[in-house]
Amino acid sequence: MSVSQTTFHEALLDPSAAIPDGLLDAKAQPAGRRFSVYRNNVAVSLTEAMHQAFPVITKLLGTKNMDGLAGIFLRKHPPLSPLMMFYGEEFPEFLAGMEQLSHLGYLPDIARLELALRRSYHAADSQPVSENALAVSPEDVMRAQLGFAPAMQVLRSDWPIYSIWRFNTEEDAPKPEPDGQDVLITRPDYDPHPHLLPLGGADWIARLQSGQTIGDAYENTAADFPEFDLGATLALLLQGGAISSVTIERLAP
Amino acid sequence: MLDNAHKSNRLPAAPGVGYKPQHFDQILKHAHPVAWLEIHAENYMGDGGRPLAQLRHLSEQFPISVHGVGLSIGAEGPLDPDHLARLKHLVGWLNPASFSEHLAWSTHDGHFLNDLLPLPYTDATLTRICDHIDQVQETVGRQMLLENPSSYLAFEESTWSEPDFLREASRRTGCGLLLDVNNVFVSATNLDFSPQGYIDAYPLEKVGEIHLGGHDEDEDDHGRPLLIDSHGREVVDPVWALLDYVLERSGPKPVLVEWDTDVPDWPVLRAEADRAQAALDRVPA
Repeated sequence: MSVSQTTFHEALLDPSAAIPDGLLDAKAQPAGRRFSVYRNNVAVSLTEAMHQAFPVITKLLGTKNMDGLAGIFLRKHPPLSPLMMFYGEEFPEFLAGMEQLSHLGYLPDIARLELALRRSYHAADSQPVSENALAVSPEDVMRAQLGFAPAMQVLRSDWPIYSIWRFNTEEDAPKPEPDGQDVLITRPDYDPHPHLLPLGGADWIARLQSGQTIGDAYENTAADFPEFDLGATLALLLQGGAISSVTIERLAP
Repeated sequence: MLDNAHKSNRLPAAPGVGYKPQHFDQILKHAHPVAWLEIHAENYMGDGGRPLAQLRHLSEQFPISVHGVGLSIGAEGPLDPDHLARLKHLVGWLNPASFSEHLAWSTHDGHFLNDLLPLPYTDATLTRICDHIDQVQETVGRQMLLENPSSYLAFEESTWSEPDFLREASRRTGCGLLLDVNNVFVSATNLDFSPQGYIDAYPLEKVGEIHLGGHDEDEDDHGRPLLIDSHGREVVDPVWALLDYVLERSGPKPVLVEWDTDVPDWPVLRAEADRAQAALDRVPA
């Protein structure tokens, strides 16, 4: 009796499936619960990976509930690559689809924030421009195009995700107020830091990423967000080492 | 090949430990912490950040062994070309002293199962894994070491013993072997064979590295001992005795202590490495 990897794989992920024939113990008897060692290894190691990947979700739901969710998730979405550092990409959508969790509407965006922090942690290194890189004439600042560090991440949310994240990771952080928040993640050295973006900041950064100059992006963003604070947003980017290049196209003399 | 004077293409016949990031500062603080370090390849396949910075730093001071846990050499399907390319890249820039993988499978139907799953020892399996090893060695551009698994069950269809299977895979592909002494002890207990008999049948001349690790104790449906390879505690005395049995026959080899779960403080891991040194000191060179 031969056991194909298809058979083994199916029985591994489905605890109710029969243990495949052709697997034996030391006395040539059916393997029985010896097969469960592999089932446990898979389930426990992937559950552990989910705890490590989503510590704030785990804290919000409690370890037991997270274990239960991870058990469902890992069977629906086993890893698609051996790079466990990126496991859980589908978790936000999975959380959004769980009816029992619909009263905690912010969970998917918190999971997105935790994924973004991990992406930032493993992103390529880059050399930030100096904090004086934009100490040029106001006309030149407006003409400048910016390149960003691969470790920079931006998230927009209808939920107070920055405040929820802080409340669950920092002591004495203020209680979250119901409000949409956009988050900028910078990685000045090796540790990613989330920052609360001023209103319109995420929109402005997205315009810069699409190649617009600081001036054009500002005009477009200010049309939608009249209170947009350009100086504060630029300071967050510069201080976080998130700007990797400044290109100023000067007019021909 | 990169020319780094301190780097050798071989690990020293001395103790090493599995590197854990929480030990980074202590490893660098000590004058002679251990002779070499082993990393899990997949943890260093991000694009940058602290993991790669630490690895670059360590590789300037220590011979590094790259130990893959995700290639799925025993898979029925083809090897993942993306993952092979990542391995080639890592081994290319790091130029490690050793590169090893497992006699196991972990990927099927596009799913990575994050465990080292068992293989039947048949002619068909042998042909397949030899093709895969050839492909790995050609792509990565160097010899790999193949590690024996810890087994919790046997396949009715197997026609080869594990030592013979490994010997033949090594003969056909030119790969070296990584002998995990704890895995031999775990499999021997679980499948009721003599660990010394396994070593007697095993091609020790092919061994480029030895692994040691801790295991957990459980029992099967019939109340018989079932050992689980957990890498979460000290190496037990019978495994140290089996290491002596191996070293008496093989001569000095690079010996690695693995501790991957419930990782202890550095002095505890270091004490295990000292115990491996004592075992090596008992062996006539």
